[in-house]
Amino acid sequence: MSATDLIRSQVMWNRLIAIVEEQALVLVRASFSTSTREAGDLSAGVFDRQGRMLAQSVTGTPGHVNSMAASVMHFLDEFPIETMEPGDIYLTNDPWKGTGHLYDVVVVTPVFRSDGDRSVPVALFACTSHMTDIGGVGFGMSGTEVYHEGLYLPLIRFARNGEFDETVMRIIRANTRTPDMVEGDIYSLTACNERGVLRLTEMMDEFALEDLDGLADHIIDRSRDAMLRLIGDLPHGTWHNSMRLDGVDEPIDLVAAMTVDETGIDIDFTGTSLQSRVGINVPMTYTDAYTSFGVRCIVGPDVPNNTGSLGVVRVTAPEGTILNAPHPAAVNVRHVVGQMLPDTVFGCLAQILPDRVPAEGTSSLWNILIDGHSADGEQYIVMSFHSGGAGARPAADGLSATAFPSGVRNMPVEINEAISPIVFWRKEFRPDSGGDGKYRGGHGQILEIGNREGLPFSISATYERTVHPARGRDGGGPGALGRLTLKQGGDEVKPLGRSTIPGDDRLVMHFPGGGGFGDPAERDTDQMSAERRDGLVSD
Amino acid sequence: MTARLAADIGGTFTDVVLEVETPDGTTQFTAKVLTTPQSPADAVLEGVEAVLGQALIDTGDIELVVHGTTLATNALIERRGARTALVCTEGFRDSVAMAHENRFEQYDIFMERPDPLVPRYLRLGVPERLSADGDVLIPLDAAAVRGLIPTLVDNEIESVAIGFLHSYVDPRHEIEARSILLEALPHLSVTLSSEVCPEIREYERLSTACANAYVQPLMATYLTDLADQLAKLGISAPLMLMLSNGGLCTLDTAVRSPVGLVESGPAGGALLAARIAAEHGVDELLSFDMGGTTAKLCLLTDGQPSTSREFEVARVYRFLKGSGLPLRIPVIDLVEIGAGGGSIVSVDQLGRIEVGPESAGSEPGPACYGRGGLAPTITDADVLAGRIRAEWFAGGRLPLDLLAAAQAVADGVAGPLGIDNDAAVVGVGEMVVENMANAARVHAVDRGRDLGGGAMVAFGGAAPLHACRLAERLGTHTVIVPPGAGVGSAIGFLRAPVSYELVRTCHQQLDRFDREPVNRVLEELLTEARLVVSEADGSAALVETLYASMRYRGQGHEIEVELPLTQFGPGDEAILLDAFDRAYRSLYTRVIPGMVAEVLTWRVKVSTLVAPPEPVAEPAPRTLVANRHERVLDPDDGWLDFAVFRRADLKPGDCFAGPALVVEDQTTTVVSPRFDARIDGRDHLVLTAERVTGRNS
Repeated sequence: MSATDLIRSQVMWNRLIAIVEEQALVLVRASFSTSTREAGDLSAGVFDRQGRMLAQSVTGTPGHVNSMAASVMHFLDEFPIETMEPGDIYLTNDPWKGTGHLYDVVVVTPVFRSDGDRSVPVALFACTSHMTDIGGVGFGMSGTEVYHEGLYLPLIRFARNGEFDETVMRIIRANTRTPDMVEGDIYSLTACNERGVLRLTEMMDEFALEDLDGLADHIIDRSRDAMLRLIGDLPHGTWHNSMRLDGVDEPIDLVAAMTVDETGIDIDFTGTSLQSRVGINVPMTYTDAYTSFGVRCIVGPDVPNNTGSLGVVRVTAPEGTILNAPHPAAVNVRHVVGQMLPDTVFGCLAQILPDRVPAEGTSSLWNILIDGHSADGEQYIVMSFHSGGAGARPAADGLSATAFPSGVRNMPVEINEAISPIVFWRKEFRPDSGGDGKYRGGHGQILEIGNREGLPFSISATYERTVHPARGRDGGGPGALGRLTLKQGGDEVKPLGRSTIPGDDRLVMHFPGGGGFGDPAERDTDQMSAERRDGLVSD
Repeated sequence: MTARLAADIGGTFTDVVLEVETPDGTTQFTAKVLTTPQSPADAVLEGVEAVLGQALIDTGDIELVVHGTTLATNALIERRGARTALVCTEGFRDSVAMAHENRFEQYDIFMERPDPLVPRYLRLGVPERLSADGDVLIPLDAAAVRGLIPTLVDNEIESVAIGFLHSYVDPRHEIEARSILLEALPHLSVTLSSEVCPEIREYERLSTACANAYVQPLMATYLTDLADQLAKLGISAPLMLMLSNGGLCTLDTAVRSPVGLVESGPAGGALLAARIAAEHGVDELLSFDMGGTTAKLCLLTDGQPSTSREFEVARVYRFLKGSGLPLRIPVIDLVEIGAGGGSIVSVDQLGRIEVGPESAGSEPGPACYGRGGLAPTITDADVLAGRIRAEWFAGGRLPLDLLAAAQAVADGVAGPLGIDNDAAVVGVGEMVVENMANAARVHAVDRGRDLGGGAMVAFGGAAPLHACRLAERLGTHTVIVPPGAGVGSAIGFLRAPVSYELVRTCHQQLDRFDREPVNRVLEELLTEARLVVSEADGSAALVETLYASMRYRGQGHEIEVELPLTQFGPGDEAILLDAFDRAYRSLYTRVIPGMVAEVLTWRVKVSTLVAPPEPVAEPAPRTLVANRHERVLDPDDGWLDFAVFRRADLKPGDCFAGPALVVEDQTTTVVSPRFDARIDGRDHLVLTAERVTGRNS
């Protein structure tokens, strides 16, 4: 490649990355669902006509890292590219061919260039975001089959000539509790892709490109080569780890074998527990996403995500395990287990990269999902994303009350209180909850929640690390266990499932801490006196 | 004769501009002196004496002094503020530490969040509680507030921020707590969150209050001292302070709310751009300001920069969103990226050229400074491309080492990529411009605009070097380089109106719009803002503008629309809906049928009317022929002979075709082969291209 072509390719690569970030920004700004706009639960990407991903936006959730790319391939299988026409828009919320549960709708829009008097497909844009409601039992783990969990939209052609299929839209509206918002979110998904199409067309005009084939090869080859070079520096062999989770009826073991060789990194989950009866099951595509993310945090974090860089990390799990639960398993809250996968793979990676891998953390989000009726009879729902402590890092304490691996943002207390009669009486760090170590695990937090109208409210709990803590690494101690109690009398509230809090009482949530790293005896004394002065560690 | 003085304290230099108006016209005198961090007023005074010396006028002729400063910003970045405590609602002392409970850098295991300005042991909770409706759930425990006094004294606290939950609805508990503290400690500085930021979202409001408290003692001392010093020089004109939103305020307001000053420098740049937009009669204009460490891009629509209420100071992490301390204050909406002349260039593991954000600073500086810098910088590439000529750089006072620059680029860029140095130099320039162009496009998305049609104004030491190429990338046909581009912000200060803005939340759904409470709120806001503005300038005509933050019910992000009225009559909600529909469609292509729109927050801005620029006769064109040429590397056409002109020699009417270099002490304008240049009647260097269409072929 000539020096000029090299520079040109790089300019265009940067442009593609900028385009998908712009695409994601459009989606965040126009969306209705809380988890999309506040928490960044969305993704956007650009693909060549073979369905190879060239760039993906970095957003709040790793759950779309591989899954959206795989989804585009499923669309191309169902609707071969030569059958697509200008103005087509495709859509699905298939958990196994989309991004893991019915709440996530994936929208795909092909891009065409005119070649003489005909239009030729040159690329595809895809994006996905979380709907406010998709019917069924609502956002919780109570369904035992995907049929309980809401409306299921297979891979469909949703628009022709830019006109939405009104029949489909009416079916969607009839199957959700929030029809206006879901319709609005589908509009925002299509607008997001339209922006991508516009920008890509401008770029192809500017650089006089007929197609993306050469650029795609450049991006994918460079990225794959960079990853293989990094992987080539690692020792080759197989390493094992397992991690035990609390589970709903019985503990869940996540068992991983990581094999490193010159072709890449393979993670296999043989030995992992079988699928659950309730909606904490994980479709394979979502297992792939969070596992790949965990690997990429340690190996090649600076290499952009695309088919080349993602293709060298391969993930497998036996069908019927909780990490490859087939249709029609319930999968509504697949994040509860899925978010534990980076920790699971970290246990393998730590054996070959001891100074780059953190201890285990809370990892699974402690989302608050509260509902009830206010005194005037209206139903309210409070949904908010919160986190315990993250694992200590080699050479740094863990982050307190911070999401990992998810990148979501919390909701302000003042906003939650403005839309409901719920009152947060306390929200502060939980002292002594971070695991001991040369570097301390991140602290959890304590939330105390009541109702100012004195009426009962319900919480749908999906909380892990209340029996099995986040373990420390390299001599570091475990993080504190999470716990839910009532304020008066201190009765326990169950961490997985639905409970009602009496109107005259308060729910107290003790969030778990992250594991520590290294021998506690080696902890810096200045840091120790600072954390005592700050009241975060007692004597 | 009247004269007006402006001073802008930056991180490295303090710029002073004196504009003297006589019946014969306006003359500008400028001075650039080194900033004196220990005693910032010294540099201002040195600069003022320098321009007074040039202008030979009497200090009594100065009728206005406008001042902007990055001192508050630097105190926040360098953590050199007051010993500060936070008094907050019991149970919420960690809000400012938890921030959004997220990681702003997804893939970096070692990411750290900025520490709060107030450490945990000085974040002090007291029993009190309002509901979201403003009902008192727990009355303020006055004894508990009084009980904090020994802690404040023992820890030698100079400044306190008070931030209670829902105080934006009703500030009574914050006011009561302040009285209790001031009764015991009358010299304590106290900031109320309900005064500096009466808006919902506790983290942002408390962060803003803490930042204000943290810089207040320092800024109060400095500003009063400066006023005294100026008075000693015989300058009795009022001292006005430049605000982050492009308005001016009095010394008293600035001392009360110094956090409002943090972005005064960039605001000055945007005002300069707005003035140039008016002078040239263009509505859409991209302001491109590139200095030594960063570049700032600001899109003006309808000739004006927009303001935003989402700002972060002291971003610690590659300028990443989320890595700084949030301040909810009105600021000029601009993007800042870590790419300035001193930014270091490297090649990443994928063989991609990376620019910045690390900077070589002034020590050791770019490799070409010959002070031991080994890493290649943008400036080194500019030197090797012939865009910066050693003999004129910094007026010839700083010799440049071309061999060192070549070695740095060879080692740092060309070698790793396996290409020759010329190709590497082109590559660096192309990546710099591509990054700017991408940042500008994202900025435009936020404004619901497309870049292209309008013009660009370039100022700051490094912008004129790259402006033509950026214009080519963005499809912009006109580039304007004003005189005194090196002190652009200070010149902008003199174009600022006195202005004041206030916000208040008053929620209204348009399907059941009740105009009475809205009109009441608006009248209150207008009355207060008019009072503040007329205190500063009682004679000027006022412009009053109303903005509404609107969204569809259920959305989480508002878009702000400007409205053509400040009071609502019957049926006027249709005006709101119409304004919202238009703004929404321009942002997101489609409006959503059947959805109800709502207003959350109302913003009222009162400004003095700024007189439109006087028309200027355009002189007859006179084509210049250069008597000197130099070889410059063009990204499309390779090494070419560029005509060389000295800016000081150019006169209105002069014109010439690119390729050319226009050299001045503080910068060089590169006129690409695709552009023509002329000096207009206002002494602006105007570059135009007939056929630029966002090209690269």
